[in-house]
Amino acid sequence: MQRADPRISAGIIALAAITLLIGGAFAGLLVEGAHDLSGAWAAFDPYLLRVVRFTLWQAILSTLLSVIPALFVARALSRHPRFFGRAFILQLFAVPLALPAIVAALGILALYGRAGYFAGVFSAIGGQGWPGIYGLSGILVAHVFFNLPLATRLFLEALRTIPADQWRLANQLGMGALSAFRLIEWPTLRAALPGVAGLVFMLCITSFTIVLTLGGGPAATTLEVGIYQALRFDFDPARAVALTMLQIALTFVVVLVLTRLGANVVGDTNLPVAPRRYLSVNGTETTLNAVLIVLALLFVVGPMAATVMAGLGADLGRLAGEATVRQATLTSAVLAFLSALLAVMLSLALTMARRALALNRRAGPKTLLEHTTDTGASFVLVVPPIVIGAGWFLLLRHAGDVFAIAPVMVVTVNAVMAMPFALRAVRPAYDAASERHERLCAQLGISGWARLRLVDWPSLRRPLATAFAFAMALSLGDLGVIALFGSDSVQTLPYLLLARMGSYRTEDAAGLALLLGLVCLALVLAADWLGREKVRNV
Amino acid sequence: MSDGAVDRKGVPVRLDKVSFSYGEAPIAFDVAFAAAEITAIMGPSGSGKSTLLNLVAGFETPQSGRVLIGGTDVAAVPPAARPVSMVFQENNLFAHLSVEQNVGLGRSPSLRLTEADQAAIAEALERTGLGGKEKRLPRELSGGERQRVALARVLVRDRPVLLLDEPFASLGPALRDDMLDLVAGLHAERGMTVLFVTHQPQDAHRIGQNVVFLDNGTVAAVGSADDFFAGAGPEAFRRYVGESAGNAVSRDIARKPT
Repeated sequence: MQRADPRISAGIIALAAITLLIGGAFAGLLVEGAHDLSGAWAAFDPYLLRVVRFTLWQAILSTLLSVIPALFVARALSRHPRFFGRAFILQLFAVPLALPAIVAALGILALYGRAGYFAGVFSAIGGQGWPGIYGLSGILVAHVFFNLPLATRLFLEALRTIPADQWRLANQLGMGALSAFRLIEWPTLRAALPGVAGLVFMLCITSFTIVLTLGGGPAATTLEVGIYQALRFDFDPARAVALTMLQIALTFVVVLVLTRLGANVVGDTNLPVAPRRYLSVNGTETTLNAVLIVLALLFVVGPMAATVMAGLGADLGRLAGEATVRQATLTSAVLAFLSALLAVMLSLALTMARRALALNRRAGPKTLLEHTTDTGASFVLVVPPIVIGAGWFLLLRHAGDVFAIAPVMVVTVNAVMAMPFALRAVRPAYDAASERHERLCAQLGISGWARLRLVDWPSLRRPLATAFAFAMALSLGDLGVIALFGSDSVQTLPYLLLARMGSYRTEDAAGLALLLGLVCLALVLAADWLGREKVRNV
Repeated sequence: MSDGAVDRKGVPVRLDKVSFSYGEAPIAFDVAFAAAEITAIMGPSGSGKSTLLNLVAGFETPQSGRVLIGGTDVAAVPPAARPVSMVFQENNLFAHLSVEQNVGLGRSPSLRLTEADQAAIAEALERTGLGGKEKRLPRELSGGERQRVALARVLVRDRPVLLLDEPFASLGPALRDDMLDLVAGLHAERGMTVLFVTHQPQDAHRIGQNVVFLDNGTVAAVGSADDFFAGAGPEAFRRYVGESAGNAVSRDIARKPT
């Protein structure tokens, strides 16, 4: 019974590949640090401290500004479980999750930037020329754009867990809105608060693209952007090592605190469905809730609408004809495709190995290997892509042309980053199928390739496609690794977008953003649709 | 049972001082099942009925003791290689494969079927009353038909031991009787050793020749079905079966199909 299961071997290979990628990066950092120890120490100067302070400060403010309003928007939505357009609003709130950060940044600039649609209004109010929202304000607006809808959906999901009987009881006892909030809603929200706030904080502290595009100068630089600048502009490896070490230490502490708080570091993309509720909401509250929901909606829809309008204003025909754009589109498509393929293979291997190990184990305690294939896998999210990129950048710069390995880095790092999300799509389906089929397969001797072809593939086709589409969208929109490794010879769409922004060709950038945004949105919608269709069981 | 129709004989199955523990409940079996006969395995929930079948099938490994099939210790033999077929209560079929393919897996686990295989599959489907439904998917079948597909696969696998783990528990009484008759018929043709776990005294009496009564993880009593249902069974069995069994038995005796 205890013969080697090919599924476990596959999991070990996947783990080895992931370890190699992350380990190599750390090796690069250590070698560089040991090489120039005094330089690395010298890099801890007042500037560095300022960067750390700003990193934390923007993350704290972003978290507060996203989470506190989200509490009330979620409550408003939960108080009105049925109204026309509710489902559509929730769908819209899911869109920022699908949008590449650089696309959102461009939408925000198109709206609130110096030459944005609102510039005239703001100038008239302020009495002087609108300076645009670069710096801290820009970063905050972008972070809230991403995280307010996310936090709202998570809180809404928490509120949905309140049993219907409690609402019936509240109604019967004649609780008003305030008492119901204090006695029923707040305890649930408070329980969800640390997890949600932790997740948002984590996303903001590792945010790269937003800070790079909207930060606008040394006054508003975070650790991740600092690493990028140290490697790409100042070429100061010692500083890069110091910044990277700090970033790792910081994320490590944050994740440690988060896991203590029971936060879900991976986030979720499920849409809450409205349950039957027994509520009586009076007129004043209804108005108040409506205002809240409309405000949140405008805030979220604004940058999206601006992206579309600015994009349509671009000379799309000329852009489509440009050789650089075509080349970048092709590069993006190929790299994202390979990255998604790798992400799906990694997650499938880990899923199969975990299941096989759990089956072999029966009632005994979990082995280290099973733990690693289980929860261990999602901890790759702790290591920001920029850090992995920086490590390999430092390691390989002695070995020749760093930019030549750009494609490999983009594919592998993005695949590993997408893997935890892919796991969430694949694992439940595989485990459920295995639950049904495991004994039957053992009895009939279906194993290995025949099992994959006849048994696993049919039940995994859809979840694998979901994982693939989602991973591809993530990889397509990523600017982290390509920002380090990109060059004129290897450009992806986000990289080209950044370059056009840098050279003030705003119209081109808007056109590219529209294209990129639409493709990513289509992929995520496809992922959602594929994930929703349930496979019928016997 | 008339032995004249039997052209292939079942083999004896024996659990020799087998001990096993899953979580807390310890289990100890020491019991033999006669070759080519149908033995009903009965007992309260949690008494270890399914575990006994899983040990024979190879899904569970004993902590000590031996499982002997046809006199051979099968400890090192993986489930697929044991001379055993098993029908579960549910999930006997792959939902995305047709009736024909599900049966075909009994011949080749990679579905590479020869013409002889195809003929055997067609014959088994005909025998189990599934002629004309070869191309259907499991979801297009009734609960009884799905279990017929599982029995058709048992036929093409043609192993000397058949394990039935409450396969008809979710079917209505009339349908269950039809299925039991089908099993009895297949047994009459093939003469395999059948271990049949059931909660229903009527079922046990309808096709069972012997009864093994389990209680609390051990074999509490062994005997012929006729003795058990004539009231000669042990006290614990009579308590388990209760009043209804006596009535059911008297009604069923005349219809016993063997």
